[in-house]
Amino acid sequence: MKFILSIVLVALVTYAIGIYGNLPWWSFVVTNLMIAIALPIKPLQSFLAGALGVGALWAGLAFGIDMANNHILSSKVAQILPLGGSYIALIIVTAFVGALLGGLASLTGSFVRKPE
Amino acid sequence: MRIVPFLVTATVTAGLVFTLNIQLKLGGTKAPRLGYFLSPQHGFWKNAEKVNTNFDATILANDLKGDVDVYMDDRLVPHIYADNDEDAYYVQGYLHAKYRLWQMDFQTRVAAGRLSEIAGADKLSIDRFFRRLGMVYGAEQTEAYINEKNPVMKATVDAYTAGVNAYLKQLAPEDLPFEYKLMNFEPEAWTPKKTYLFLMFMSYDLTGRSASADLQLTNTRDYLGYDLFDQLYTNQQDSLDPIIPIGTAYAEPSIVPVKPMSSDMVYLKKTPQVDIAKVVETPEAPDPNNGSNNWAVGGSMTKSGKPILASDPHLGLNLPSLWYEVQITTPTHSTYGASFPGSPAVIIGFNDSLAWGVTNAGRDVLDYYELKFKDTTQNEYWYNGAWKSVTKRVEVIKVKDSADVIENISMSHYGPVMFDAYYQNPQSNGKNLAVKWTALNASTGVETFYQLNRAKNIDDYSKAIQLWKCPGQNFVVATKTGDIAIKQQGDFVARWDRQGDFIMLGEDSSYDWQGIIPFEENPMILNPERGFVSSANQKSTDASYPYYLGTASSFPLYRGISVNQQLSGKTQLTAQDMQALQTNNYNVFAQQARPALMKFVEMNKLSQEAQRMVGTMMQWNLYNDPSEKGSTIFKLIWDSVENAVWGDELAGASIPLTEPESFVLLEQMNRDSNFRVADDIRTKDKIESLKDQVLLGIERATVKCIELEKENKLSWEAFKATRVLHLTKIPALSRLNLSIGGGEHIINATRENNGPSWRMVVHLTDEIEAYGLYPGGQSGNPGSPYYDSFVDYWAAGKCYRLLFLPKEKLKQHERTKWHIQFKKAVA
Repeated sequence: MKFILSIVLVALVTYAIGIYGNLPWWSFVVTNLMIAIALPIKPLQSFLAGALGVGALWAGLAFGIDMANNHILSSKVAQILPLGGSYIALIIVTAFVGALLGGLASLTGSFVRKPE
Repeated sequence: MRIVPFLVTATVTAGLVFTLNIQLKLGGTKAPRLGYFLSPQHGFWKNAEKVNTNFDATILANDLKGDVDVYMDDRLVPHIYADNDEDAYYVQGYLHAKYRLWQMDFQTRVAAGRLSEIAGADKLSIDRFFRRLGMVYGAEQTEAYINEKNPVMKATVDAYTAGVNAYLKQLAPEDLPFEYKLMNFEPEAWTPKKTYLFLMFMSYDLTGRSASADLQLTNTRDYLGYDLFDQLYTNQQDSLDPIIPIGTAYAEPSIVPVKPMSSDMVYLKKTPQVDIAKVVETPEAPDPNNGSNNWAVGGSMTKSGKPILASDPHLGLNLPSLWYEVQITTPTHSTYGASFPGSPAVIIGFNDSLAWGVTNAGRDVLDYYELKFKDTTQNEYWYNGAWKSVTKRVEVIKVKDSADVIENISMSHYGPVMFDAYYQNPQSNGKNLAVKWTALNASTGVETFYQLNRAKNIDDYSKAIQLWKCPGQNFVVATKTGDIAIKQQGDFVARWDRQGDFIMLGEDSSYDWQGIIPFEENPMILNPERGFVSSANQKSTDASYPYYLGTASSFPLYRGISVNQQLSGKTQLTAQDMQALQTNNYNVFAQQARPALMKFVEMNKLSQEAQRMVGTMMQWNLYNDPSEKGSTIFKLIWDSVENAVWGDELAGASIPLTEPESFVLLEQMNRDSNFRVADDIRTKDKIESLKDQVLLGIERATVKCIELEKENKLSWEAFKATRVLHLTKIPALSRLNLSIGGGEHIINATRENNGPSWRMVVHLTDEIEAYGLYPGGQSGNPGSPYYDSFVDYWAAGKCYRLLFLPKEKLKQHERTKWHIQFKKAVA
């Protein structure tokens, strides 16, 4: 239950803090850490919760934006990065970066308190 | 707490944040911070605009005097309706920023020599070049002059500036234009100086070629000797059809420039010199093909009995485009046309009384003077038999990740000493060279457009362009009342023959400019008998004009011939005919050059493959249409023959020399078949004739043609591969390999990356019928469907009907899509 709650919380808080463009893009690293401390779960679970929360959020946001944009920008950026012009690859890379960082942040937090 | 795992993961996490937060070098100027760039709430995803975006908006602005309504049509062109002029320019500034912020910012930073601030030490040579050329100095002169002497222009530019800054102020960090995120820098406040820097950049683009051409010509002359130079780089153009018809009488000149006594020996140097240059690096040079067409046909030639004006400036083809379409309507005037993001008012367009357009005059307004300094402090130089002091101008170039670079520029009475002990390029040959350039003088150029936007008749037009100094332009005009005119206007130097083609002597005042030609003596025609006026960058006058115009290489010959041929004797013309003429692909150069060349071809001496290529070339209809192969073969053969003829003369030089213009060989072929220069001077035992060189040229070109044929690239469009390049040259943000014909010498002057940057046709009927488009789109955002929405239509040679209507009519027009309201904020 705490695992599911953690995922939802991570996604919600990451989204909420992302609205403030003046804060650094990596602010969710701090909030993930705090969520992991507040809701202690096992390290592996915590990693997954952070990764899924941020990864799914970023994937979902990118996917939604990309659909509404008819892939105009993503297909250009996917040539610059370079990902062979594939917008799907770009969404996957985006989600992966978010997931990796989100997971690591939550994992770090999970070592602060032992789960009950 | 589990300290060790905590510390380990914390370190890894922090390390990853750090890694994703530093700039990732992707080559060129691309260096995003990857984590930031990918974050869907911060990075590039935020720039992916919904394809069905609703652009309706209400904007509160406390700098406005009243409310302003902007209606956006289906092409995202704003139609601005304001109660007063300043509010209109405020909104124009706001909209330029909203749709083109990065481009305005980037271009003015380049003009100011500040690229290294963003891109690092790699770009230092470009920055130093612009600083030492006096770009910042020139903008400062204009700013000071306008602030002191011209309150109306000051108010105009200030209002525009306030509009740009109002947009910047409300811009959220996540909404920064895409390129800022890709290159990782941030916008800064707009200032009037940036507007003047932008205009300096246009002066450089249109007259700055002399900054390298004068050096190249000097080196070429030194290498060849003046007599051979004068043959290869002749100023005589037998087939010239000037802007002002041949035979027009000119008034006695008010200035008679006197050629210095010493010029044959010490200036023209009629004995060959020794080549001492060493290659270091090449400087930036504006595209020699920056040119344009414009013409106006009078009522006697049109179906409606009303004049039609056409204007298509040929510049570099870029995304975001140099141009931004706009309608500005206030109680004083109503104007539509192409504006420059970075400057207020419309630059090429029309109002409810008249239409105007410009082409580049091509006159030389930039000269170099060689100075002799007393010592290494460079504080004094020798002038008229005495030492004269310089002032020093310090410019600081900030360099990303590196120490500042200080340019300590000596300012002579000519202008900045561009080349000296501290700055040289491959062509400057170790000399101390001061620049004298009309663009460095204060000017109220922006007022010319301000007044043209409001002009009602020929008198107003004339008053407006009288203010124009640099870059010299051919201003064409057509009015609803039936007048047509063209005038070449700018500050032009009253030159003696060949003055300023080469580096001049800085120690002797007899080489200085002897005056600026008065406005009244600049070439003009009004309502000529032939029924039309036109210009296509050719020489403005025949040799009976009392002033020297400059080297022939500055004046392309053939487009002008083509335009005049196509217009002569025509009647019943329509706006559609004029659009068709703008995209006409007929190659008048090939029409003359193909038979001239064939005189020297002995078919039986050619290889079988070469015969086949020549056969295809002979069957070609002389139109450079996209699918033609004959046009490609012709170009390759001609270039190859030129190379065979000139290559030997130019081969030995260790510095880059300019190639003679195409007309030189063609006119020589027509004049004289025993052309001495045809001989390859490297073969001592044989004297090659033109026939030999043509044969050789064709065989060499055939090899290239066969290669292209195998790659399926022999068609003109594939060979030419026209592209509209993003300002950073990133291919993914550009449009490559467009299917479009035209090219050099052709009215449709579309080359690889240069061509009609705005095509406009205006029919001066009671309700104006106007057409236009540019190869780009109204939005500068690569993530918007409006980024490149005109490009395919442009390539196909089509044109949009422009909406130019009073507010009540436009509001209800079926093509009007959105409404942006600017409301004066209550304090």
